[in-house]
Amino acid sequence: MRSIARATTALRNSPLLSALSITTIGFSLFAFGLFGLVALNIRSALEQVAAREEIRAFVADSTPIETLTAMAGEVQKFREVQKVDLVSQTEALARARQEMPEFTDVFQSDVLPASLDIHLAPGYRDPATVAKVADRIRNSYGFVDDVRYGEDWITQLYKLRNIAGIAGATLGLAFATVAIIIIGATIRMAILSRAREISIMRLVGATDGFIRRPFLIEGFVKGALGGALALLLTWGVMRALQQYLHFETVFFDRRTAALGVVAGAAIGLLGSAASVGRHLRRV
Amino acid sequence: MIRFDKVTKMYGRAPGSGPAALRSVSFGVARGEFLFLTGPSGAGKSTILKLIYMEERPTSGDVKISGYSSQKIRRKEVAQLRRRLGIVFQDFRLLEDRTAEQNVAFALEVTGTARAAIPAKVSRALAQVGLAAKATALPKELSGGEQQRVAIARAIVNDPFVLVADEPTGNLDDRATRGIFQLLRDINAAGTAVVIATHDLDLIRGTEYRAIELNHGEIVFDSAEPSVDGVRMQHPRMAEARA
Repeated sequence: MRSIARATTALRNSPLLSALSITTIGFSLFAFGLFGLVALNIRSALEQVAAREEIRAFVADSTPIETLTAMAGEVQKFREVQKVDLVSQTEALARARQEMPEFTDVFQSDVLPASLDIHLAPGYRDPATVAKVADRIRNSYGFVDDVRYGEDWITQLYKLRNIAGIAGATLGLAFATVAIIIIGATIRMAILSRAREISIMRLVGATDGFIRRPFLIEGFVKGALGGALALLLTWGVMRALQQYLHFETVFFDRRTAALGVVAGAAIGLLGSAASVGRHLRRV
Repeated sequence: MIRFDKVTKMYGRAPGSGPAALRSVSFGVARGEFLFLTGPSGAGKSTILKLIYMEERPTSGDVKISGYSSQKIRRKEVAQLRRRLGIVFQDFRLLEDRTAEQNVAFALEVTGTARAAIPAKVSRALAQVGLAAKATALPKELSGGEQQRVAIARAIVNDPFVLVADEPTGNLDDRATRGIFQLLRDINAAGTAVVIATHDLDLIRGTEYRAIELNHGEIVFDSAEPSVDGVRMQHPRMAEARA
């Protein structure tokens, strides 16, 4: 309790430095949060594109609808498959006329084959899995004439997702490192401003734990407040993008947002522990 | 109570790489004794005090203080030891944003004294140094002598068995110096050992307290050591001081 009281007193006694620390931590995490928001939206957009991936299995014209329905049921049970749509010859014609109205006159009844449109589940949309599922369908059903899945397009999309993932992880790590360094320096500044007090504490017999505790509490609180500030700023930017630039953006879910604040608190705590530990070893 | 046994202290990153601040120094301080450490700047006076409150460890030899040995003491035990010591500096080392009583209370707070017991102990310590009337004054509102009294009150509030003072009158005028010295004598008379490092020979003049003179890290004179003919050693500087 005394440690909490001392931490509160320290925050109250130097409001400017405390505000500066919280703002610095907030803006460091804000930069990281902005990057996270961009990464989240890129990932979300790529997921949306990937969700449109489909394998289309065209069947022979003479295939009875019962056989097709049975096949759709079987394919639906594949663990890689999210959804199967059965498209009859009539529906295929209607879709072709809708998608390519300039060729409406060219399409005749029964010119297009019936098909099964197979959508893969998230996590199974990589080129290798798509090819494996396509091969399995091609080889398992003799009445399947052709299987198409836009191999090149899926490969390119997968590459793009990989690049985005690696770039995201690298930049994220860089942003996090910079944030930790800045936060560490901010906390160190706060500790140096009280170096005299610490040296007197040691001279009159305070233990390292006694000296360290309020700094840890202070670091935790500043980190948490900085994290909350960063979250608020990131949310503000997202709202501005939605309102003024009409961007369709997604924001962190509650769990991720809470994790951001907790991460801020953890960085504050660890930064304080490292800084005060280093300082205590010197005095 | 305090025993220095062939203590050598060298500063520097690598052991033995720096100059020797102390060379094979041996002496003891008895319970309730009053001891002056004197000598020119750089003689090793402050190093002896730092070794007493374990701010420094010997390069070789051993310092024993009230059951603690510099060779074995752990970091946590240093804090325990310091709670039983009083330490006073030339520059007072007060917290500028706290009143006199808050500065004194600080020494009790950090050692975990029960909150309810603090005010009475602080009042007693301030009364002992003659500053009861200025309990709520900030250091900047006090004279140098008064600030040093606050520092002494902080040093004695935990009832130490020894008070170590590093040039306690170095920043004070003659009148304040006499006042502080008398205060330290009173504290000693109440049973607390006092070890003062000073190069002010006027302080030593006219007292019968034990004095150790250091030069280049070695004891060149100890008034407690008898000479070969049974008469106390009389170093020329000490003889001059006592004259």
